[in-house]
Amino acid sequence: MAKAILYDATKCVACRGCQVVCKQWNELKAEFTENRGSYENPKDLSPETWIKMEFREIPRNGSVAWLFTRRACMHCTDAGCVTACPTGAVYHHDLGFVAYDKGKCTGCGYCVDFCPFEVPQLDGSRVTGLGRIDKCTFCTTHGLDRIGNGLEPACVKTCPPGALIYGDRGELVAEGNKRVAALGGNATLYGENELDGLHVLYVLTDSPETYGLPKDPKVSAAATAWKDIIQPLGWAAGGLVAGGLLINLIVARARQIRAEEEK
Amino acid sequence: MTNHWNDIANADCMIAIGSNPVENHPAASGWITAAKERGAKLISVDPRFTRTSAIADIYCKMRSGTDVAFIGGIIKYVLDEMDQYPEKYNMVYVTEYTNASFLINPDFEGPADLDGLFSGYDPAKRSYDKSSWQYQSPEEDGTPKWDKSLKDPNCVFQHLKKHFARYDVDTVCKITGSPKDTYLEICKTYAATGAPGKTGTILYAMGTTQHTNGTQMIRSYAMLQLLLGNIGVAGGGINALRGESNVQGSTDHCLLCHILPGYLKQPTNKDETLEKLLERVTPKSGDPKSANWWQHYPKYMVSLLKAWYGDAATKGNEFGYQYLPKTTKPYNDYSWIGLFEEMYAGTIKGLMCWGQNPAVCGPNVKMERKAIENLDWLVAVDLWETETAAIWKRPGVDPSTIGVEVFLLPAAASYEKEGSITNSGRWAQWRYKAIEPPGQAKEDLWIINKLVLKLQELYARESGPNAEAITKLTWDYGDSPSADKVAREINGYNLTTGKLAASFGKLKDDGTTSSGNWLYCASYTEAGNMMARRDPSPGAFNIGLHPKWAWCWPVNRRIIYNRASVDLDGVPWDKEHPVIWWRNGKWDGDVPDGGWPPMALDPEKTKYPFIMKPEGHARIFGMGRADGPFPEHYEPWESPVDNLLSGTQNDPAFKIWGSEMDLKGDRDRYPIVCTTYRLTEHWQAGQMTRNLPWIVELMPEMFVELSQELAAEKGIVNGGRVIVETARGKVEGVALVTARFKPFQINGQTVHQVGLPWHWGYTGSSTGDSANMLTPHVGDANTMIPEFKAFLCDVRRA
Repeated sequence: MAKAILYDATKCVACRGCQVVCKQWNELKAEFTENRGSYENPKDLSPETWIKMEFREIPRNGSVAWLFTRRACMHCTDAGCVTACPTGAVYHHDLGFVAYDKGKCTGCGYCVDFCPFEVPQLDGSRVTGLGRIDKCTFCTTHGLDRIGNGLEPACVKTCPPGALIYGDRGELVAEGNKRVAALGGNATLYGENELDGLHVLYVLTDSPETYGLPKDPKVSAAATAWKDIIQPLGWAAGGLVAGGLLINLIVARARQIRAEEEK
Repeated sequence: MTNHWNDIANADCMIAIGSNPVENHPAASGWITAAKERGAKLISVDPRFTRTSAIADIYCKMRSGTDVAFIGGIIKYVLDEMDQYPEKYNMVYVTEYTNASFLINPDFEGPADLDGLFSGYDPAKRSYDKSSWQYQSPEEDGTPKWDKSLKDPNCVFQHLKKHFARYDVDTVCKITGSPKDTYLEICKTYAATGAPGKTGTILYAMGTTQHTNGTQMIRSYAMLQLLLGNIGVAGGGINALRGESNVQGSTDHCLLCHILPGYLKQPTNKDETLEKLLERVTPKSGDPKSANWWQHYPKYMVSLLKAWYGDAATKGNEFGYQYLPKTTKPYNDYSWIGLFEEMYAGTIKGLMCWGQNPAVCGPNVKMERKAIENLDWLVAVDLWETETAAIWKRPGVDPSTIGVEVFLLPAAASYEKEGSITNSGRWAQWRYKAIEPPGQAKEDLWIINKLVLKLQELYARESGPNAEAITKLTWDYGDSPSADKVAREINGYNLTTGKLAASFGKLKDDGTTSSGNWLYCASYTEAGNMMARRDPSPGAFNIGLHPKWAWCWPVNRRIIYNRASVDLDGVPWDKEHPVIWWRNGKWDGDVPDGGWPPMALDPEKTKYPFIMKPEGHARIFGMGRADGPFPEHYEPWESPVDNLLSGTQNDPAFKIWGSEMDLKGDRDRYPIVCTTYRLTEHWQAGQMTRNLPWIVELMPEMFVELSQELAAEKGIVNGGRVIVETARGKVEGVALVTARFKPFQINGQTVHQVGLPWHWGYTGSSTGDSANMLTPHVGDANTMIPEFKAFLCDVRRA
């Protein structure tokens, strides 16, 4: 039975307890930040920051609205990162979400290139393989597995207004649709069908773009090409350094293709 | 809170005014969203669009310091509607449970007659003679003089109408700068909670208290709630959201200068004997239907003295009353501002700061830092080296020129000690120690115990009343003191049987009982520590009373004044959310405010519902306040505009010291309104959060929020640096230019407002300027709480 998180933006108060508890549970370091004229920090996700809240001021009814959005791994079913990962470090957990085994990661950074939400972030060099990637593990971090121990993810546990719920994905889809119906207007449930279904569902009062989410996210065809064709060729070319360089060349090309596709 | 946190979920409408519950009490947001899921409306009234406003159904801006005008306009709206559509309101509640019908001394005059003042004002003393603010003498049988038709021109209701007639929507919006259509929508939405069975709650906090007329702002909320029948009911009440987890507990146990534990009054030098004190403070009522609960005052006072002085408290020595220090000056002088004025003047020589950081959190902190510097000695008990403890090496001073000797005692954090905390909803909850404190850090109880034992040892060499006040204290907690033993003492004992007292109903004034705090009597009984209970069952009527979770004062009553939640037959106004219900000859539900039968069912045995007032009725007309029986709008001490309502610019009764650093800014030089506030991410004076890297990451530095319009005017860019200056000092921070602040139109004039968080200082891992460099050294007329929330500044690009 697939599990998911339902994030209700209409209940979220951006207290950012989720940001702190994520770091606490997963033993992540604080980043050096500065106030950039906003309540938001850090600047973006990183290997040390797996979740951050975004704050958006938009005009509404002659006044202002302050929209809060969760930015973290969406745990896609059609997951570009899983498709692209050469070592199986990023994989679909039995419960549907996208888990991550740091031990298997070579730091190639392909998951970064193929994520339509730009979630995985690379720290370091992809050429030398010393790069480091990290992202939300749905609280299945090695040695700190909450899900396997029957607990909800830490962010859900801490959320004071109950904007985050953890449960069976099917039930949460139903709950999300119920909320959307009750809200009316432009309210929408994001993630029910996107990328064959996300494992983080969003109740939004407005269009996804208003919250900075892509309307119709797609995984580039290059990801599949990479996984099924180029990767075997790459390994066959032998020589880790040479292979690495070739792979990078090819991925750079793939990125170019994707950029062109987006145009 | 008259009600409690969970109970917010029962409301039909919530107004957050003078509070920002979502940001400053984030756990409250769960109850707010629960109410909203039931269809309740959230109204956010704030000068700035906050994270609370973000989830509100209606947001209305209001210039800082204009709450009385804002609420006064709603009161007028309700009163006008009551004339036209009385059936939409609970007139039985207003007539029978409040003092609306009571007749007032015919000499009484108000601001409508006296240009903003009430009768009896003495400008030289800045105080009132309140003799004309009194009820007319009661009838011979003790019944008050009243007119239940509410028509008599001397009745409270008619005075109220006259008073608020001036608060029409146009005038109000010219004062507050609120958009008229939004304001009217709020009037209509909130007034709808006046229908019997509907409830609204008012959530307030320091945004209300921190004004020179803050008490009157709260009075205006309470009066509106009474007119709408919203006190005593589930989902109603007047709810002070406490800014710190145990502020309620510290107030209950008298960490204020004017009270003893349980809100007993601090004796003054005029209360020469216990008898004289009790004569002054014990209210009397000749009305047989008034429970007049404070008539039991002597029992609580004597039991307190027995708890403190044990066998040394005897009938022969007034139960040790003379051991208590008596105040010699007015209340103001013992308040925060008064104390710092005395330190500044050099009169006070020593200071113990226990979990307090005045060098960041005090008003006009430049002056208060100087005051601390003037001391001979300072003891700081805290988790970190606070700005206060580091006063001698603060930026810009030469440590060799500073004489104050500082002792820093490392203290245990909340998880490192056992004891109770009392939350805003009056729930005393027992907490256990999770881990040992680090290094040399000690529990507060350990520290105070050592201190008192040493004092007793030292004073044992002396004699006389000064020494005996210390040496005769019952202080038997052992050398490794237990919070459990203290909790038992607070509850109190039957000294004859040695058993714990069952409730304050059992306390006596003859020295046979003890209780360290009568309000907490029943918190720890022979059945055990009630505060440690953890049974989450919801309790009667499923309205979230949770009567077996922890313990609530008084006598585990979760919603106070709950006998006003029923009609005269004891049937709830709101049958969906009953608090109590008279059925089969008894009350079901919450612990009732006295077990007497309903008013219509047994007129002989019944009592009025507001038992803490000698007249048994809630006071719409409140003669106890320093600055008037009705709230009147006055401008903050520093204001950009003249008072539109009268020629009385400021609250006429707050104290102004006016020492050399108590500077006041004028509006020509400082035309912009400034306010201060807290953030979700930081805690109070910042020591507990500015040292935590994860939190500092979220909110790394001091900033200033201002509108796009003001930024454009001043050439300030978002993310750039900005300087805010007042007559008292200046601070620098990052400019946060936002559409969430908008200029106000005040009587045709554009008025800007800016806001700053006050969490920063010069120690810890995230440092920055303290917003209190800007704030004035004046406070509320009744409480002396400083006016942190509204003052004048100028802003420029750094």
